[in-house]
Amino acid sequence: MAKLHISATVNGEPTEFLCEPDETMLDVLRGPLGLTGSKEGCGSGDCGACSITLDGRLVCSCLMLAAEAEGADIRTIEGMAEGDTLHPLQRKFLEMAALQCGICTPGMLVAAKALLDRNPDPSESEVRYWLAGNLCRCTGYDKIVRAVLETAAEMREAVR
Amino acid sequence: MSDMRYVVPRTLDEAVGAFAEAKGAARILAGGTDLLVQMRAGAVRPGLVIDIKKIAELTGIEETADGGFRIGGAVAGARLAEHPRFGKVWPGLLEAINLIGSTQVQGRASAGGNLCNGSPAADSVPAMVAAGAVATLQGPKGRREMPVEDVPAGPGRTNLQPGEILVGFILPPRPLGSGDAYLRMIPRTEMDIAVVGCGVNLTLKDGVCTAARVGLGAVAPTVLRVDAAAKALIGSRLDAAALDAAAAACRAACHPIDDKRGTIAYRTEVAGVLLKRAAGIAADRAKGA
Ligand SMILES: Cc1cc2nc3c(=O)[nH]c(=O)nc-3n(C[C@H](O)[C@H](O)[C@H](O)COP(=O)(O)OP(=O)(O)OC[C@H]3O[C@@H](n4cnc5c(N)ncnc54)[C@H](O)[C@@H]3O)c2cc1C
Ligand code: FES
Ligand code: FES
Repeated sequence: MAKLHISATVNGEPTEFLCEPDETMLDVLRGPLGLTGSKEGCGSGDCGACSITLDGRLVCSCLMLAAEAEGADIRTIEGMAEGDTLHPLQRKFLEMAALQCGICTPGMLVAAKALLDRNPDPSESEVRYWLAGNLCRCTGYDKIVRAVLETAAEMREAVR
Repeated sequence: MSDMRYVVPRTLDEAVGAFAEAKGAARILAGGTDLLVQMRAGAVRPGLVIDIKKIAELTGIEETADGGFRIGGAVAGARLAEHPRFGKVWPGLLEAINLIGSTQVQGRASAGGNLCNGSPAADSVPAMVAAGAVATLQGPKGRREMPVEDVPAGPGRTNLQPGEILVGFILPPRPLGSGDAYLRMIPRTEMDIAVVGCGVNLTLKDGVCTAARVGLGAVAPTVLRVDAAAKALIGSRLDAAALDAAAAACRAACHPIDDKRGTIAYRTEVAGVLLKRAAGIAADRAKGA
């Protein structure tokens, strides 16, 4: 079967790629597009390590066909920092040691950013529910949740 | 190399045409949160995948003039949650749909996919049954309607005919004093499969229950509509005796599997407990309405 030719916007850049009809978005990100920040933990929607946004909506890239990206706006962890300037979430994760091995981190950051974009002042339980689909086998979650809350507070302060 | 094809029809007719022509080798793709998992596991190997998310009728949410709703079969849970009115009119049904998976899964998963996947534990289905939702189906022979409770045929199977696509759900108008609720029992608070799920939808007039519907999930090969439980509630003031009778009717309707998530005895007992709690929440909402 012929490969499909897909045009999408990836991290703000118009991007074209070829894919097999049954390839996932995660396959294409990590393969032809060379964006290996999104991780494959499970390939079945359970771990969230492959989290991206699709037209502003948080999704698992392992549960999306690459062909579905036609015309869409895709954002990955690679688009989070602005040049050398880390996003406040990225900086706080480092400052507050919200990661150990780091495998879950790109997915956590993409998911946490999607939350703060919608809700700049989430409660602790809102953060925990929002991130329930992002598994971490190292940190015990507490430092991650605190880093997200701390970032939210700092970002609210900054816009005042 | 794969020999799967992928198409994105813009109209329902195109989709039905492609689906019927492929004669069982095709799969409909809504959010893909079941289908992609099954494809990866090798459980299904479709020759053709038909993505229905670019068809307007499949992705709309419309409040009808009579106060009912029409929801496209492929509308993702997250979109329904953002609708300004839907969750106010159908809080229980929205909760049930929003219980499906994580934030990421909610970004894609649809109530249509939840129903068509045919899981006896599908969370939105008991709430749809309680709501009295009707599924609109379109196939090569035209359009027809089917109450949601008649759609599942057994684990992983539905009563859709070859080539038929679920277009959407029709929700009836709400009489004054109505409320609904859905509760599921899982060992954790998120990301698990229901051990039992129970949806209750009822209407109160001067404290008396004038109408009720009950849906039960994960206690039989298909989601059940439990008329005997509804009957026990109707005409009562939802007093202890009525709730006991309705709970007993739910327990009597159960013929669950015995597995690591729950024994037969446990699932049966919990079905009655959830009925009482869900009826209580639905009644509070009905009084607030
Ligand atoms: C991590 C994770 C957690 C989950 N948690 C839950 C949970 O808590 N509760 C729960 O109930 N489910 C859960 N699920 C299962 C799944 O998310 C739901 O069943 C979801 O509603 C499926 O919807 P979808 O739009 O993604 O369906 P798809 O995967 O697109 O489709 C499912 C099936 O239905 C068919 N289909 C879809 N739409 C139509 C249509 N319009 N007409 C005809 N056939 C159609 C497809 O061909 C396919 O066979 C979970 C899944 C994952 C990956
Ligand atoms: S790799 Fe996608 S959720 Fe785990
Ligand atoms: S830091 Fe290792 S999985 Fe989260």
